[in-house]
Order: sequence, then structure tokens, then C-alpha cells
Amino acid sequence: MSDFFSLLVEEFPQVRSGLWVTLQATVLGALLAGVLAFALGLMAGSRLLLARGFSRVVVEFFRGTSLYIQLFWLYYAMPLVTGYELAPVACGVVAFGLNYGAYGAEVVRGAINSVPRAQYEAAIALNLSPSRRLWKVILPQAWVQMIPSFTNLLIQLLKCTPLLWLLSAADLMTVVQTLRDRTGETLAAYLTLLAVYFVLAYALTMLMNLLERSAKRRLGLATGASSLFKSRSASTAALGGTR
Amino acid sequence: MNDGFDWDAVRESLPLLLEGFRVTLLATVLGTLVAAVLGLAVAVAGRAPSRFVTVPVRVVTEFVRSTPLLVQLVGAAALFNTVEPLYIGITVLGVHYAAYTSEVYRAGIDGVPKGQWEACRALSLPPRRTWQAVILPQAVRNVLPALGNYAISMFKETPFLAVITVQEMVFEARKYGADHFAYTEVFTLAGLIFLVASYPTSLLMRKLEKRLGH
Repeated sequence: MSDFFSLLVEEFPQVRSGLWVTLQATVLGALLAGVLAFALGLMAGSRLLLARGFSRVVVEFFRGTSLYIQLFWLYYAMPLVTGYELAPVACGVVAFGLNYGAYGAEVVRGAINSVPRAQYEAAIALNLSPSRRLWKVILPQAWVQMIPSFTNLLIQLLKCTPLLWLLSAADLMTVVQTLRDRTGETLAAYLTLLAVYFVLAYALTMLMNLLERSAKRRLGLATGASSLFKSRSASTAALGGTR
Repeated sequence: MNDGFDWDAVRESLPLLLEGFRVTLLATVLGTLVAAVLGLAVAVAGRAPSRFVTVPVRVVTEFVRSTPLLVQLVGAAALFNTVEPLYIGITVLGVHYAAYTSEVYRAGIDGVPKGQWEACRALSLPPRRTWQAVILPQAVRNVLPALGNYAISMFKETPFLAVITVQEMVFEARKYGADHFAYTEVFTLAGLIFLVASYPTSLLMRKLEKRLGH
């Protein structure tokens, strides 16, 4: 076994804590993004011009200015402007949340728009209150449409977490790089790192497939077990500019 | 030392940022070109008759698009440390995005009606002409907006190149920010430049999408 792998085993606690930082940033960032996506996406369908306008401006702003810039702004510029400093991982969570929340808002908006008009009309005809209309009729159907795009965004987010290395947070990439510097085995180090991210991405994809299956079940659409292992669809990511 | 927004720093850094922006644009255009050509090649290879071709192609594209661009960039730069960083950046961006564009092309090719293939068969066109004269012209037209959207995403990910010391806009911004302790000004400015460049382009793509009937 080469030096790199023996060192990897030796320094396993460090690697595990790096992995933990990466996962933390991914999960917390995704949760923040999810909340923002629903808030902004629902506002985009509001009857109030002010709410629609606000959502549009926020979404276009965070989509249009690069994630990288947002992250650096939070880390370097915000302490100068506000005097308030965030820990590196918190910077990551906020930046990932804002950026992918903006992309997610477009997904939520598109999915709600794709629910057939007759469903709204039926809910109104049954005299359901606006909130019950949303919760019981519109969202369960829109949710199924959203999940494939959300899966893509989640993997995108995971793939951005190595940026934390630039803020000297001790994430997975930082840890593996220090191991690489100690052994000088570049190829082994980076291939291992890529492989770990690949496994993480696949595991997250399968979790999302599980979510999709349960969402479909609720609509009475049964799917086979093989759907759990399918990989992400790129065409849904590409169309409609959801990326 | 740094109270509020220093307009002198904005004035002073703007030419530097715009100088870097030229490199950003160059990397985006060349990277998109690589992604467009390589993606097409991968998509066509993915339809080869032999499994010995299609399975490895699928595994590699899946791997490339599931792993972080930043790790790929830093790894490539460390392995090929004698090559100019800009070339590495363009190549890695192109290869990374080719994994995405190949899926888009694949969807476009799948969208060509089956009758078109059968007609080629009936006319006994050789495979080369089938692809060149019949299938691809129809497939590529349908995927243009999606390719455009990927070009915009790539544009917004070019700051990653700063990490491997390509002197694009964000590299210049960080340098100026560190030298003059003016991070607020340069990063705000760089963000606005990104917004001003990418927003109209994405509106254009949306229009194109509508026109092609997506």
C-alpha cells in the first residue's frame, strides 16, 4: 500500500471530521436553500405586485452574481461593512443557501405553474380555503415535479463545498490536501477525493429518489424499486434554465 | 481605515477588473467550445452499437459530472504543473461541462422522431450521412437554448480558475483587495459585473427557448 493510503488510515479521525464539515455545510446549506426556494417561489406566484417584484429581484440578484463572489463577499467584505464576522462554515452555509435558494425558487415557481389549471378550479369549486388549496391540492402535485430538479441542485451544492477550503475551513478537501502535501502523492490524493465526492453524490441521489417515490405514492403513482438507483436526469436541469 | 464605500478604490480597480474580465470571457468562450464539441462526440459515442463503448462512456460522464469542478481543477493543475494554468482551466471547464452537454445532446437526439432514422435506413444512407445530414441538424437546433444556459453557468463558475492562478477577474479582485484592504469595493464591483453580463444573456436564452417552443 502506498504512503498516501497508509497515512489516510492513520489520520482517519481527521478525515472523518473533514467529511463531517463537508456534510454539515451541504445539509444545512440545502435546508436554508429549501426554505428560501419555497418562500421566494410562492411569492413569485402571489397576487401582490410587490411580493412578485421582490421575489424576482432577489432571485435574479443571487443567480446573476456568482456564488464564488457571494461567498467571498460574506467572508471578506461583510466584516468590514457590518463589523460582524461569520465563521467560515457559516459563510458557506449562508452563501450556498442564498445562491441555491434562488435557483430553487425558479423550480418551485415552474412546478406550481405546471399543475393543471383544472386542479385550481376544482379546489375553488369545492370551496377549499386558499391555504388548504395549496397544501392539499397544489403542492402535493407540484412537489413530485420539483424533486428531480432539486436533486440536481443538491448535487451542485455538494460540488461547491470544496470552496470552503479557500476560507480555510477544515473541510474534506482541506484535510486530503494536507495529506497530499505530506506524502507528495498527487494522483492518489485527488482521485481518492473525487471518489469520495462521487459516493456522496450517489448516496444523496438515492435518498432523493426515495423521497420522489414516496411523493409519487401519495399521488397514487406507484414506481418500481429500480427507480431508486437511477442517476440524475440532466435534461431537466438544462431546460428552463434551472441551473 | 476603511469606513464605508471607497469610491477611489472603485475607480482605481475597475480597469484591472475589466482587464481580468477579458480572460474570464476568453475562458468561457473557449470552454464552451470544448464542451459543445466534446459533448457531441460523447453523445454520439453513447449510441455506438457496442457495449464496450457505451458503458465506459456512461461511467466516465457520470463520474465527471458528479464530482466537484474545483477538485478536478486543482488536481489537474497539480498533476500538469508545467502547463499554462489558463489552458488547464479551459480544458477542465470544457470536459466538466461536456459531461452535462452530452446529456443534453442525448435528449436532443432521442427527440428526433424514429421515422427519420427509418427513412435513412430506407434510403440506405451510410451512418456518417445519417448523422450529419439528417439527425444532428434536427437534434442540435432543439438543444441550443440548453447549451446557452450551460454557457452562462460556466461563465459564473470561471472564478474557480483564480484558484489555479489564472489571472481572470476574481483573481485581480482578490489581489487588489489584499493589497489595498478594499475587499468590499472590489467584490461588490466584480459581482455587479457578473450580474450585468449574465442577466441580459439569460433573458436572451429565455426568449430563444420560447421561440423554439420549449
